Amino acid sequence: MDRVFLLYLNVFVVATCGLVYELLAGTLASYVLGDSVTQFSLVIGVYLSALGVGAWLSGYVESQLVRRFIEIEFAVALIGGLSAPLLFLAFGRVSPFQPVLFGMVFLIGILVGLELPLLMRIVQDKVAFKDLVSRVLALDYLGALLASVMFPLLLVPKLGLTRTSLLFGLLNAAVGLWATGLLRPMLTGSVLGLRVQGLFVVVVLVLALVQADTLTQLAEQELYADTIVHTQSTPYQRIVVTRGPAGFNLYLNGHLQFASVDEYRYHESLVHPAMILKGSPRRILVLGGGDGLALREILRWPSVRAVTLVDLDPGMTGLSATFPPLTELNRHAFADPRVQVVNQDAFLWAGKPSDAADDTAYDTAIIDFPDPSTYSVGKLYTTRFYRMLRARLTPDATVAVQCTSPLFARSTFWCIVRTLEASGFVVRPYHVPVPSFGVWGFALARQTPFDVPGESPISMPDGLRFLTAATLPGLFVFPTDLGPVPVEVNRLDNQVLVRYHDTEWSRFEGSY
Amino acid sequence: MPARPHRRELLLSFLGPAALAGLGGCDRRDVPLPPGTLVGTSVDLGHRLRDRRCPIIPTSQAWESCDTLIVGGGVAGFAAAWRLARAGVTDFQLWELESELGGTSRSGQSPTGGYPWGAHYIPAPMPENRLLVTLLTEMGIVEGHTTDGVPVIGEQFLCRDPQERVFFRGRWYEGLYLHIGASPEDIAQLTRFQHAVSSWANWRDGRGRRAFTIPMAVGSDDPTVTALDRLSMSDWLAQRQFTSPRLLWLVDYACRDDYGLRTEQTSAWAGLFYFASRLPNGSAEAEPLITWPEGNARLVHHLAKKVGSERVHTGWAVTDIHPVRTHGQEHLAVTALSQDGQRVRGVRARRVLFAAPQFLARYLIRPFREQPPAYLSSFAYGSWMVANLHLQDRPRGRGFPLAWDNVLYESPSLGYVVNTHQLGADHGPAVFTYYYPLTDADPRSARSRLLGTDRDSWADVILTDLAMAHPNIRAHTHQLDVMRWGHAMIRPTPGFIWGGDRPRAQQPFMGIHFAGADLSGLPLFEEALYHGVRAAEEVLQESGKLLNSWL
Ligand SMILES: Cc1cc2nc3c(=O)[nH]c(=O)nc-3n(C[C@H](O)[C@H](O)[C@H](O)COP(=O)(O)OP(=O)(O)OC[C@H]3O[C@@H](n4cnc5c(N)ncnc54)[C@H](O)[C@@H]3O)c2cc1C
Repeated sequence: MDRVFLLYLNVFVVATCGLVYELLAGTLASYVLGDSVTQFSLVIGVYLSALGVGAWLSGYVESQLVRRFIEIEFAVALIGGLSAPLLFLAFGRVSPFQPVLFGMVFLIGILVGLELPLLMRIVQDKVAFKDLVSRVLALDYLGALLASVMFPLLLVPKLGLTRTSLLFGLLNAAVGLWATGLLRPMLTGSVLGLRVQGLFVVVVLVLALVQADTLTQLAEQELYADTIVHTQSTPYQRIVVTRGPAGFNLYLNGHLQFASVDEYRYHESLVHPAMILKGSPRRILVLGGGDGLALREILRWPSVRAVTLVDLDPGMTGLSATFPPLTELNRHAFADPRVQVVNQDAFLWAGKPSDAADDTAYDTAIIDFPDPSTYSVGKLYTTRFYRMLRARLTPDATVAVQCTSPLFARSTFWCIVRTLEASGFVVRPYHVPVPSFGVWGFALARQTPFDVPGESPISMPDGLRFLTAATLPGLFVFPTDLGPVPVEVNRLDNQVLVRYHDTEWSRFEGSY
Repeated sequence: MPARPHRRELLLSFLGPAALAGLGGCDRRDVPLPPGTLVGTSVDLGHRLRDRRCPIIPTSQAWESCDTLIVGGGVAGFAAAWRLARAGVTDFQLWELESELGGTSRSGQSPTGGYPWGAHYIPAPMPENRLLVTLLTEMGIVEGHTTDGVPVIGEQFLCRDPQERVFFRGRWYEGLYLHIGASPEDIAQLTRFQHAVSSWANWRDGRGRRAFTIPMAVGSDDPTVTALDRLSMSDWLAQRQFTSPRLLWLVDYACRDDYGLRTEQTSAWAGLFYFASRLPNGSAEAEPLITWPEGNARLVHHLAKKVGSERVHTGWAVTDIHPVRTHGQEHLAVTALSQDGQRVRGVRARRVLFAAPQFLARYLIRPFREQPPAYLSSFAYGSWMVANLHLQDRPRGRGFPLAWDNVLYESPSLGYVVNTHQLGADHGPAVFTYYYPLTDADPRSARSRLLGTDRDSWADVILTDLAMAHPNIRAHTHQLDVMRWGHAMIRPTPGFIWGGDRPRAQQPFMGIHFAGADLSGLPLFEEALYHGVRAAEEVLQESGKLLNSWL
């Protein structure tokens, strides 16, 4: 009786693990491929059909049922346990990704599908058939319930996908090893070989777990509220994409670059005022902005003939051009033939004398650098940089610069404005509420005096979700707590901006 | 790399016991030494000249003649040539022994850009430094003047922030003075020292001259100031009860950095000069630094461009300067040996502008060889090792990020400067120029230690030293070249600067005019520039071509 009860427990664990692998595959697929309804439907469909195939195949197992059962248990442990890390690794390396994904799901499904019928056959002569069927199926569904409740509430938020996958693999393997003792009387021959197999699986999974931890993926997870779906270390930065209930977030070196829920507010405000002020912009320069979201806004303008995007990191622009959630968000901007990507430090790019063929200067420049939190970024906000930039622009070109938050970092914001002015630009600062960032600031600049766009009739592209002609002039009005403060001008040889930024943002560091 | 038997002694002698203590954990001797070469000055040729082991007299066809021959293509030689060329003089030649121009201000070239082999910066000039302002204006580096006449330097030429950082017990900190963990007493002494320096910066003599100016010739020779030269810098500090270790370190670092001397070897005049000459009137902020990826070679190459290559002959070592009188005409017969030691040439010049270091005068000038003037023996030169490390990528380090000048608090080296800093290239390959002055009391023993240490041993010393701050430096370095400067720079030891021998050495001798930074007793670009131009103006004066002096 005791043994039978323990076997039921076995059924329960197997059922839980099986469903966890299925959920892992579905979640992972919707993280990296987007469109969660499709991904989940397909994964469930493939998984269920594979269960059926497994059950059918179990009919061909004639002898040594217990041995086969335990071997299959180890196989599930190994493949299911490694499924999430393997799929994460495969994504970005194997394309198309779908065959790998569904192949993996199908294989796990077959193995899990083999298990229950075999188990039922093992215990069939110890229990009455009606009891057997009712208990096994009840436990199977109960296991599924436990898995589906634990998965979103506990496993994903606390452990993340990779660790969940590996831990459940270990659980699977442990059950298999335990069964070698439990079912010993029913096993013919030696159990040593089986135990060695089991231990091997355990060792592999433990190693993977240790490795996963040292790969910082899991430790890093603690830093983010949402699940990490992609990480990448380039020579320049650490890129992290997370996925939460509200959408995607992109982080560079731990700093939020955008949240897909409200990035349109930021990018519309960054791009369109300069484009409107220019009127029929044709040759556009984008500095930074490797996520392609400013590009998306720029390409709304039919007058645009050519866009040059200068971003330091090929890893970033590459990801934005291929990672489905990003390409979806930037509307495949990198595939547009008008867009040319230059992967170089913008400071070096701007300082290099433009070659003779490139005699056409840019009429609009959109500057979307990260906040000046380091000296290597701070140099991109100096008078020297802005003067080099001027040499690359037409005399009537318009420029928009992201300037961090005038609320959280008021001196930083005004320092950028004053630095632009000291470099020969007329500047009109403006600000926009972006919920995931707070009040955000920008500067609109030109080499000659100008009126704020929107004060006279303007043309705007279709499909904007935030900006309107009527609200535009209001963005240029500053409430008292955002107003100018006395600041120094940022130069290469003083880098005051980095110091302002450091002092101002460090006040908020604790509250994150 | 198999451990050489004497490795411990090698590291002990160049890095001290601290380096050996640190060998345990972060020593990466299993990583082989990166390849590289010795790029030394032509030591061999130098010794041959000294011992007069070289061919003799050019055949009669190999003689040419010119009005003025400049010996030496360092800063002083090119400054002189520049001054002559700007005065419209064309009948001169410049002979330089190395194939590279620049002397101790020369540079090398790599895919990341140029990098220095010696001098690498100058402080921004004050308006009084007319010569340098003239030169920098010609180069487009001075872009204008403020309403008070202060030259405005183009932003891209001023050393980009962060300028310097210091490594102490496992971490980098911003700046040169070690602020972390400083006690109130330390800070009080630092402030007191800064006050002492600024009171010297604001001091004026009866004629309204500053105590310490660049170039020094414009400054005061009042006995109150020159008396400082009789004292060592450490005596000066001790007399004023400066005891704070980190302040003493800062001053010692300054002396090693500028003069290759310890505080106890440096004249207090020279020690204070370093700090006070850079402080503008009434300001607490020192003049910013001007630097280029290739260091001061930028300045030399500009001068050389203005002179024109047709008058410059590299790879020719002057072996003899012989004042002769034929047919009642006085001239100087100068002979030179080609670098490969195979060919000889001669020139009959009306004047020679001797822009090689003074210690060579007694080997090259025939009358001096026969009877060396006593004053020459007080010109003593220190030894330096300079290495260039070509890196695939920036090594990791903890704390404050990479700066232009990166100093190791606990090392006898001076740390390194980064050639890509001024370009604004903050990622990927770079060249680190590492400086190590040999501060032995006896310059000859320093020289023999310098030259007795081969490339591999130096490379081991350097990488072990840097591994303190960058454990992975060996793996990142793909080439490490070593320059051994036997006579790197003049040593401003107590009594030399105001002892009376310098002015004697500046006196023209039988048609030979002397230039070179060492005539100031201070190894600085501005001093070399000054003496080059001064000697050229002497020549112009004699030939009646000096319309107005630039000095
Ligand atoms: C490691 C190091 C770092 C330094 N850093 C700085 C710095 O940062 N800033 C600064 O201002 N100064 C610095 N200096 C000092 C620098 O030496 C001077 O600024 C200046 O370059 C000296 O120029 P010079 O022309 O007087 O002498 P040198 O540079 O010594 O030039 C003399 C020239 O004469 C040539 N010569 C010698 N013998 C003969 C011969 N027989 N025939 C033909 N030619 C001959 C030599 O090859 C050489 O080119 C540094 C020096 C060293 C060694």
